[in-house]
Amino acid sequence: MNDNLVPGYDDVWLVVPLYNEAAVIAEVVRTARLTFPHVVCVDDGSSDDSAREAESAGAKVVRHPVNLGQGAALQTGFEYALSDPGMRCVVTFDADGQHQVDDVVVMVERLRRGDVQVVFGSRFLDERTKPSPLKRLVLRLAVAYTNATTKTRLTDAHNGLRVIDRRVVQQIHLTQDRMAHASELVAQIGSMQIDGHPVAYAEEPVHILYTDYSKAKGQSLWNSINILAELILR
Amino acid sequence: MNLLLIQIVLIGVVLAIAGRLVFSRGVRTQAVRRLGLVGFAAFAVWSILFPSVWNSIAHLVGVGRGTDVVLYALVLAFLSFTLTSYMRFRELENRYTRLARRIALDEAAPPRDPVAEPASAPAPAPAPEVPAQEAATNDDA
Repeated sequence: MNDNLVPGYDDVWLVVPLYNEAAVIAEVVRTARLTFPHVVCVDDGSSDDSAREAESAGAKVVRHPVNLGQGAALQTGFEYALSDPGMRCVVTFDADGQHQVDDVVVMVERLRRGDVQVVFGSRFLDERTKPSPLKRLVLRLAVAYTNATTKTRLTDAHNGLRVIDRRVVQQIHLTQDRMAHASELVAQIGSMQIDGHPVAYAEEPVHILYTDYSKAKGQSLWNSINILAELILR
Repeated sequence: MNLLLIQIVLIGVVLAIAGRLVFSRGVRTQAVRRLGLVGFAAFAVWSILFPSVWNSIAHLVGVGRGTDVVLYALVLAFLSFTLTSYMRFRELENRYTRLARRIALDEAAPPRDPVAEPASAPAPAPAPEVPAQEAATNDDA
């Protein structure tokens, strides 16, 4: 296929957890692959045509035999990307089309400057993203909790858009299979050492598109209580 | 507010259970649990032979009847059981996830299609690829 269209990003892997997104995934993958040739969709036991749609759009598909959860899918995607010796960094990217490829380009370029090993996307560094007031409150509380319990200082810990250097990916071991993985990821990165130094990270503003589709699919705010419970009862 | 001895004991045990859940793990926890179980069995025999021991304990901690103490103990035992089961379940789930992930990765296509990259890189040679994959697998273990 067009794997060599954009040689500039041949060392980047987009990791996309995929669960019942057949309606949009092909378009999401196709758009992303115009810039980033390597996309792996981890199909988390979808009951619809998601996996086939993703494959037809040119993504590599890894299929969980049963539904395990988004955190488990991310970890699977990381390990798949690590099996490519040419991979230099991974991008965690949502399947529902709320992430912008332009934002990823900026974040990858930020990583390539070489002074940081992780770039987190943040909804709260500019005014483009417009979450509902309640969602904003919950996200703020979540990041306050994450900052209080880890060594990191972030403005938006639960953003699904991240760019992570290979050496950091090698040390990530997500055990929170379901939704608490975002906090776990931040915690692991916060306490990680590379060549005897703590991992350096940066935040870049990103725009999350809350379309009707993603709003309908997005997680309920009730889930934040479940996340908290899963984090405390480790 | 006047705390009865029983209230202090109950709160203490609840906190201990919660604390154990969050912090400790491993060999020592298991040993302590087994010792506790032996002690519990011994006490059970004792209290069958001398049922009045429950009443004595009740009076000691400020509860009216021995049966109430038994009830409180049961509640604590149930709470402890619930939390222990939750942790075991989590552990089991983690193993299950690793197993499923292994299967998923083994069945997946390789990250790069080996197809004709015209002459630019003449055969990255299949030979080094096999040890590389083995090494990755060993890393995981």
